[in-house]
Amino acid sequence: MSATPLLELRGIDKSFGPVQVLRDVALTVHPGEVTALVGDNGAGKSTLVKCISGIHPTDAGEFLFNGEPVHIGSPRDAAALGIEVVYQDLALCDNLDIVQNMFLGREKRNGIVLDEPTMEQLAAETLAGLSIRTVTSLRQHVSSLSGGQRQTVAIAKAVLWNSKLVILDEPTAALGVAQTAQVLELVRRLADNGLAVVLISHNMNDVFAVSDRIAALYLGQMVAQVKTTDITHAQVVELITAGRSGGLGLATDPGSNGDGPQAADSISGGVR
Amino acid sequence: MTTTAVRKDGPAAVTPTPTIGGHFRNYLSRVRGGDVGALPAVLGLIVLCTVFAIMRPSSFLSAGNFANLFTQGAAVTLIAMGLVFVLLLGEIDLSAGFASGVCAAVLANVVTVLGYPWWVAVLAAVATGVVIGTTLGMLVAKIGIPSFVVTLAGFLAFQGVVLLLVKEGTNISVRDDVLVAIANRNLAPTLGWGLTALAIIGYAAVQLLRHRNRAARGLITDPIAVVALRIVGLAVILGTAVYVLNLERSRNVLISSLKGVPIVVPIIVVLLVIWTFVLQRTSYGRHIYAVGGNREAARRAGIDVDRIRISVFVICSSMAAIGGIVAASRANSVDPNTGGSNVLLYAVGAAVIGGTSLFGGKGRVLDAVLGGAVVAVIENGMGLMGYSAGVKYVVTGVVLLLAASVDALSRRRAAATGTR
Repeated sequence: MSATPLLELRGIDKSFGPVQVLRDVALTVHPGEVTALVGDNGAGKSTLVKCISGIHPTDAGEFLFNGEPVHIGSPRDAAALGIEVVYQDLALCDNLDIVQNMFLGREKRNGIVLDEPTMEQLAAETLAGLSIRTVTSLRQHVSSLSGGQRQTVAIAKAVLWNSKLVILDEPTAALGVAQTAQVLELVRRLADNGLAVVLISHNMNDVFAVSDRIAALYLGQMVAQVKTTDITHAQVVELITAGRSGGLGLATDPGSNGDGPQAADSISGGVR
Repeated sequence: MTTTAVRKDGPAAVTPTPTIGGHFRNYLSRVRGGDVGALPAVLGLIVLCTVFAIMRPSSFLSAGNFANLFTQGAAVTLIAMGLVFVLLLGEIDLSAGFASGVCAAVLANVVTVLGYPWWVAVLAAVATGVVIGTTLGMLVAKIGIPSFVVTLAGFLAFQGVVLLLVKEGTNISVRDDVLVAIANRNLAPTLGWGLTALAIIGYAAVQLLRHRNRAARGLITDPIAVVALRIVGLAVILGTAVYVLNLERSRNVLISSLKGVPIVVPIIVVLLVIWTFVLQRTSYGRHIYAVGGNREAARRAGIDVDRIRISVFVICSSMAAIGGIVAASRANSVDPNTGGSNVLLYAVGAAVIGGTSLFGGKGRVLDAVLGGAVVAVIENGMGLMGYSAGVKYVVTGVVLLLAASVDALSRRRAAATGTR
């Protein structure tokens, strides 16, 4: 475990009108590690990511980046800190080529003229640095790429900017087996290169395959944040569905009925 | 005007050592995959010219008629160049025709009624275009009314504005020498040759410098032979055109001599170069394509989408203003129908026939020029063959429909082969 976490959130609250989506959420993300963010639909994963990336303002709570308190008010603030998000729907333009997409919104220029050769070189270096060999030409339109290749380009786009924290929103959701393996390998490589990675996933196999830590959200609350090696598959599922698992998770039932007894009866995990 | 079918900005060859054969195979596979670019317009132009040349060899192929084509198609082409920007975002500007009418009416009022010099009138007309475009763009981007509705309302309202500006049905003549010269006078033959040489040298310099720059950095380049072919192709096309335009067109040389490149031609070429530069070589142009391709992705990339959406309407209406100036110059006057009747549909048709997609994200300014040429040839050729206006409209409508089908089908084909 590294000494200072790269990103630390404390007491994040977020409401949309009368609906409180995030409740006193804490999260620590360490460099060189993959932190898996898990939770059921509506648990608040996407909202949390949008708060981190500056799309949604938070109602309360602190952000610490490298131990320093920071304010993230817009996507630009997040980008300036080195936080990049790869969204589920990729946010690539089909009618532009790989290089154009990777530099979209941050084109390199010579005066007012686009500096295409430099951009192409930088893109090639970034892809090579991530050992990506699946794309044949940097000048092919994104529309001609497979799902896995698109995901690769989207991740490479995030890495291009000397980013420190890369957040991946369900990167393997729409991919086949081989492509999933490729993307997971890439995710692991990002962390091994020293980046902090937050991986949102519904797929437990993916989570256990690449993550170092698992953070579980349940109805807007962070119920557990543990090392992947200290927890079992079944326990994570329980945390996701019931909010607790043995000694982990919510201490008392927070008023949500139905799931309580089942969780209380489960095998004790006894970590932490 | 270049009519080379080879796209300058296409993806480079896949193989690291590109060959001419590989380059053309690459191009062919792209066309087969649905990325047809300007090919239909170029083929259509060749077919139409061949047909008319066979049917009316003496009149269609005359130098006088060739010069006529340019002045006939100039206004529509200029409006179409502006429309390309709006179409790139998947929006439409139905008011561009009458916007050009309004700007022409402003021009005529300022120069004839108020008696200001020509450049004041031109500035006033373009400024009117900017105001119109800003208004339309604001309504579309900030209030969120579909561009179809906003510009349809504009279409009606501007028709009324033209009527009001020309005092209910009379017309205002434009007699200023400079303004009349735009669409009615020609460059001196030597000046024509000089500008042509300049254009070819400039194009060659840009192409060769880019090739050398990319090669020096070890990036994939088009084969040097392809680059040379492009330059030679442009030189041949420009050279032939200028040669024909510099022939004597006057029926009686003793009364007056009529030869040289019409002044609108360099105006169109300069605007073509400027807008192509803006679209292909600046980040603003890149952002237009991005917003047209995936608005959400553009927004997330930090692009100010509203600003881009407003700006394309400004460009469109300003180009409409320039089109209106040329139309006023050609007619020597402005009447309530300036920019009316079929001008808008011809302009949209020109952009789409040239290969600009109605679905957004795909298109070039050159498309408008190629499509404008197709429209002008149809109009001109059918007129020479003595067909009535009714037949001309029907044929132009069918051609527009054909172009839109090519667009839709190539899109479907591209989706099927995964190249779009």
